[in-house]
Amino acid sequence: MSDALKLTEVSKTFPVGRTLFGAVKGAVKAVHPITLSVRQGETLGIVGESGCGKSTLARMLVGLLEPTSGTIEIEGEALDTADPALFGKKIQYVFQDPISSLNPRKTIRQVMEAPLKHLYGMGVADRATRIAEIFDSVNLREEFLDRYPHEFSGGQAQRIGIARALAAKARILILDEPVSALDVSVQAQVLNLLADLKAQFDLTYLFISHDLAVVEAVSDRIAVLYFGSVVEIGPAEEIFAKPRHPYTRLLAQSAPVVGRPLTEPEAKGMELPDPLNPPPGCAFAARCPKAQDRCRSEVPRLERGEGATEVACFYPLSDAP
Amino acid sequence: MRAFLILLARNRLALAGGIVMAVVVLLALLTPVLSLADPDVTDTSNRFQPIFSEGALLGTDHLGRDLLSRLMWGTRLSLAVGFAAAIVAATLGAAIGIIAGFYGGRTDNIIMRGVDMLMAFPYILLALAIVAALGPGLFNALIAVAAVNVPFFARNIRGITVGIAHKEFVDAARLAGLSNTRIILSEILPNVVPVIVIAMSTTIGWMILETAGLSFLGLGSQPPQADLGSMLGEARSALITNPHTSIVPGVMILIIVMSINLLGDGVRDALDPRLKSGALSRPMAATRVDRRWPVPEPVGKGLLEVQGLETQFHVKDRVYRAVGGVDLHVETGECLGIIGESGSGKSVTALSLMGLVASPPGVITGGAVHYDGEDLIGAPYGRLRDMRGRNVAYIFQDPLSTLHPLYRVGDQLIEAIRAHRSIGKAEGQAKAVELLKAVRIPNAEQRVTDYPHEMSGGMRQRVGIAMALANDPDIIIADEPTTALDVTVQAQILTILDDLRRSRGLAIVFITHDFGVVAQLCDRVAVMYAGRIVEEGSTEDILQAPRHPYTARLMACVPELGGGKRRLEAIGGLPPVVDKLPEGCAFADRCLKVRPECRAGEIPLDRVGDRKVRCLYPEDGAREAAE
Repeated sequence: MSDALKLTEVSKTFPVGRTLFGAVKGAVKAVHPITLSVRQGETLGIVGESGCGKSTLARMLVGLLEPTSGTIEIEGEALDTADPALFGKKIQYVFQDPISSLNPRKTIRQVMEAPLKHLYGMGVADRATRIAEIFDSVNLREEFLDRYPHEFSGGQAQRIGIARALAAKARILILDEPVSALDVSVQAQVLNLLADLKAQFDLTYLFISHDLAVVEAVSDRIAVLYFGSVVEIGPAEEIFAKPRHPYTRLLAQSAPVVGRPLTEPEAKGMELPDPLNPPPGCAFAARCPKAQDRCRSEVPRLERGEGATEVACFYPLSDAP
Repeated sequence: MRAFLILLARNRLALAGGIVMAVVVLLALLTPVLSLADPDVTDTSNRFQPIFSEGALLGTDHLGRDLLSRLMWGTRLSLAVGFAAAIVAATLGAAIGIIAGFYGGRTDNIIMRGVDMLMAFPYILLALAIVAALGPGLFNALIAVAAVNVPFFARNIRGITVGIAHKEFVDAARLAGLSNTRIILSEILPNVVPVIVIAMSTTIGWMILETAGLSFLGLGSQPPQADLGSMLGEARSALITNPHTSIVPGVMILIIVMSINLLGDGVRDALDPRLKSGALSRPMAATRVDRRWPVPEPVGKGLLEVQGLETQFHVKDRVYRAVGGVDLHVETGECLGIIGESGSGKSVTALSLMGLVASPPGVITGGAVHYDGEDLIGAPYGRLRDMRGRNVAYIFQDPLSTLHPLYRVGDQLIEAIRAHRSIGKAEGQAKAVELLKAVRIPNAEQRVTDYPHEMSGGMRQRVGIAMALANDPDIIIADEPTTALDVTVQAQILTILDDLRRSRGLAIVFITHDFGVVAQLCDRVAVMYAGRIVEEGSTEDILQAPRHPYTARLMACVPELGGGKRRLEAIGGLPPVVDKLPEGCAFADRCLKVRPECRAGEIPLDRVGDRKVRCLYPEDGAREAAE
């Protein structure tokens, strides 16, 4: 199967503060060089906590941010320039907050027409037919088209966001926390819709979320991000069931689960490492119960161990608990 | 547009200003067709005729020109120049502001420093300099007044644009292939226009004054052409002998500027979304109480006993029944979970207990909250304030917005203590450190002098908990305290709350939407839907065998870790809007087991053992357990 999306050593550094004459004072490495690929028709889940760089990564993939280094290949073509219009036909983005991703002063019809008009130069009649088709596939009524965003509930607005992404005929969708602003009963509706659309249009998804259970329910493979790096990547059914990286295990144990007694998975009240002054070795070393001297001086790289999982850890956990 | 006009008309002063302004504008427009004397014909034999003299209703000036006619033509000119200057200034200023705000970085820096330099000059000096360079004349005065006001618009609009340019819908437009110019025109501009209108409405009066000022100095309109400023200037020499020549244009300026400013304020209030949402209408210190039924007597169950609590929001002619009769109780050392989706009324219930629902629009219309036998709903404000924090304390969802950004966390903790008892400086500091230690903040001695922004979300929420503990309350109401936090941090916060409850015998009312959290922390749980409790019982029972179809299906929606890739259960449809609640069961429209009886009449919260269910055909727990 061919790769729909291929990242080679993609990284992003943000300058922090400038002196009077424009010299940069410091830099934050939001995303450390990441290499990964998403196969055609696959759903790759990306999990991580706030500040781990998952949204920065997503914004680079759709051209809203230009990577500091590395290349992004979409369906075999390298796209180096950060021109969203060039990206727009191939890859689209579904935003976390469905309401704020819609311009409050535009009707839904205007929102839906924008990609058809600007990416494909369609005429009025063609646009109307296409919008009707798309609205049908996301279970929205056509009478919604002449309403304004504030008239919709979160779940409906998110369907409109998905419909807009579909309108660009992109075959790859970046879903950035698409259900975290929604109530659980509505969340399930949207997730099921995404699954149906994927089958119907043969889409490839990159599904970003902080909710492990949601990611697990929709993904084929999952990548765990910590402090801007992938620390573990592998098949969805294995990654939380048999975590190899201590951070993955911590995540899996922290998620509140019905029927498991409340235990604090971490004894110390640890804080995340300072992004302005990152630790020299493994970023997780300070929180890791198994950390040794090597972890604090050398950065581990992703390596395949036993099974299909790749892990960036010098002392990965074994199967035995 | 109609809503805007109605809103505007509700403001009496603005309405009066608008009417006066409309009359003045109408008269100015009609001036050419009214049969007035020629304003520029001099008749020195009839100079300084008093007001109400024959042939000249407002008298004549020092050259015998008809003052009424000059006033009308002068008003016409002054208004035209003022409006033109405002439009020029707004257009230029908005264009500069939008470009600076949208592109940001160096473009922004260069433009805004230029604007700053322009603002550094006293405006009248700048206007004089521009007129001096261009030569006197009304058109040049217009340019000067417009130029002087451009920075005001540019700064205002830039600020707004910066906020909008980073909104997600702008990113979405980019992905839809829109160019920067198109994004500015079709995405940014429509969102900025209200601000431009607001800024304009409040500055037009000012610009008319400035134009009059320049004309008064002889730099604006040139004789014999009349505008209000030049009329005043010419009348200056006769100020003592013939005051009416100054008073006539002076009063007109007063009328115009006053009415424009009143109207402008009205327009601003009606357009500003923050004002519309009632953010600036000061809520009362305690929720308004208007109980239409007799207050229920306490039956002595638990430390806090809520009976038939009803809270409504009265917005215009709509009544939102956010809480429609809730019965709850909490005992010492117990943790009660309230679970529900957004809009189910769980937060409003929690805020109603201590009268913290904003009024207007909130009104408590029924029920009672008994704390240790005392009814809190009817309690006077002084008593409520005394009990807030001391007996019942709150922890809110977003610790960043509940902590004051400009004070050190230690000082905020001490302030919370001082609200109830006086405490010395050293003692306060020691108590603050002790509180931070109680919520397990590492290096409490150092962190006590931190500002909220120096802490991570998890640390801030610990401070929020510490603040709730400051006065040793008996009950803590925690409103989604971990929703904004990462899972690893959430686990830490839940452990802290659980430990505190056990070590201090605290009662906790824990509001959440997460079954996993409820399962780990709460002894009992109440499920809310559309403002009412639909099921209540011990956490274990409910999670194992939910009896209300809503609870059962909601739980099925939640994906659990370890289930692998799969299709999730969903509940079709949406919860009812609480201003149009259906007859009978609120869940009927989404329920798979609905029968005609469900839609007819009130369904009681039936008690079976220690469980309560509001359903005519509850799920059969026994049968399901057997399967």
